[in-house]
Amino acid sequence: MTIKNAIEVSHLTKKFGQKLAVDDVSFNVRQGEVFGLLGPNGAGKTTTLRMLTTLLKADAGQVKIFGHDTVKEGRLARSLFGLTGQYAAVDEDISARQNLMIFARLNGLSRPDAKQRTTELLHEFSLENSADKALKDFSGGMRRRLDLAVSLITRPALIFLDEPTTGLDPRTRTQMWDTIRHLVQQGSTIVLTTQYLDEADQLADNLAIIDHGKLVKMGTPAELKQQIGGTRLNFTVDQSTQVGAAVKLVAAQVADAVQQTGQQLSVRLTQMAQAAPILTALNQAKITISQLAVQEPSLDDVFLNLTVGKN
Amino acid sequence: MDVQTHSGNLFMNTATMAYRNLLKTVHNPDRFMDVIIQPVMFMLMFGYLFGGAIAGGVQAYLPTIVPGILMQTMLSAASGSGAQIREDLDSGVFDRFKSLPMAHVAPLAGQLFADSLRLLMATVASLTTGYLMGWRPAVGFGWVVAIAGLAIVTGWALSWLFALLGLLAKSAGAVQSVSLMTMLVLSFMSNAFVPLKSLTKPLQVIAHLNPVTYVITAIRQILATGSWTHEALLVLGVDLIIVAIFAPLAVWAYDRN
Repeated sequence: MTIKNAIEVSHLTKKFGQKLAVDDVSFNVRQGEVFGLLGPNGAGKTTTLRMLTTLLKADAGQVKIFGHDTVKEGRLARSLFGLTGQYAAVDEDISARQNLMIFARLNGLSRPDAKQRTTELLHEFSLENSADKALKDFSGGMRRRLDLAVSLITRPALIFLDEPTTGLDPRTRTQMWDTIRHLVQQGSTIVLTTQYLDEADQLADNLAIIDHGKLVKMGTPAELKQQIGGTRLNFTVDQSTQVGAAVKLVAAQVADAVQQTGQQLSVRLTQMAQAAPILTALNQAKITISQLAVQEPSLDDVFLNLTVGKN
Repeated sequence: MDVQTHSGNLFMNTATMAYRNLLKTVHNPDRFMDVIIQPVMFMLMFGYLFGGAIAGGVQAYLPTIVPGILMQTMLSAASGSGAQIREDLDSGVFDRFKSLPMAHVAPLAGQLFADSLRLLMATVASLTTGYLMGWRPAVGFGWVVAIAGLAIVTGWALSWLFALLGLLAKSAGAVQSVSLMTMLVLSFMSNAFVPLKSLTKPLQVIAHLNPVTYVITAIRQILATGSWTHEALLVLGVDLIIVAIFAPLAVWAYDRN
């Protein structure tokens, strides 16, 4: 029997004092996908991640990693994943090579294997030139790369990334995205938390939106956008006398109500194919329009719609 | 594609962690400068300031003050472990250690084994300064090594206690101030610098209750008699008990953190 789910989370709950930080969260992560935990600051993303990675004990609920309970089989579960935390978890005082060697040894690699893996990873993450410099002289991007390299020492099939690009400049961020995509191509499963919607949109196959400790919505980015926003067709009617006729024409083509602001009309489309008949009908009625735009829904709409935002 | 690993073994993990801490120490000489400068400074200051008043001369005072400063230095070197563990915990590296499939005591034990190097350096600094000031124990070099060993074992046992403190405290700053206070009270409220007879009755009671007094007495007895006394064996026994109690407590606190 093959295990399809890399992670199974059921009824995970954590209280800090009186505050419910994570409230009865359940979800599954399929093997080979990028799973995004999206939410505003303080929504419970990191707390959830810390429980998944055995750093924090849950008050209730269960986490299974490749079928292994993280409480009962903690050590086995820990050997199956790599973790890159929010803050670079590497030693500042020592060099990149020494960091990799030490973590390789702690992961149980023999000395020659550790040496070989260190060389490979330094090459893979283009850190060879600064391999023996103290990390104090490293840029934020280099530090993150080393951090990620360390969590990949054992080539884990499952990788947790807690806000992997927070604080990185746009170029380094794109590099990090490429690295993550490359890992997915190699068959890794990735769970990442992020507060950047474009990052979730770019990388994640499945998203869970968390707000105030509750899982408010799950689905693919496309599904979420479809449910909340939908594609909109916007245009302006050139002559004010024709606006009424235009509204009638458009309304005949779509299910939703037409929004009218002065001479500007806006309508929600269930699919792109609906746009052409509308434009043809307007053309046949000799109604001229301008400033035609098709607006794709963005995750921003989804996010703002679903989260309360008083964190 | 798979990387060959074997499940972590306690001794190997501890050795790797000790190596890590040694590397950190080597890259940061300021981490051990304190334990070298402090005994030299105190030995010179106290020796020349109080030698005449307490013992009638610097030479006569040395057999009293050398063991005293040695233990004071052990206390302060041991207390450094707590602050360093707290600092490490706050840096985020420990999250990674915890998420690795390795023995949970290894990060702590590694830190404390590496810290025994600090203890060794502090011991050498104390005894060498004493020697340069004219301290010549009649029992010979062998017994000096023996008391150095006793002091280091005691310092190492105490560092578990301070490690627990570091794990329970909120910040490295808090650990440092509590450690400094403990170090000052324990070293001065003892027979480290003055003969017990010169103290008032209540102070004598406190000094007798102070474990540091027993260690210093043991060291002085060894140096005076050239043999392991009951006191010295008692100290070694208590050291073992301290490790047996505080090592599991520290691991418990580490898991809870």
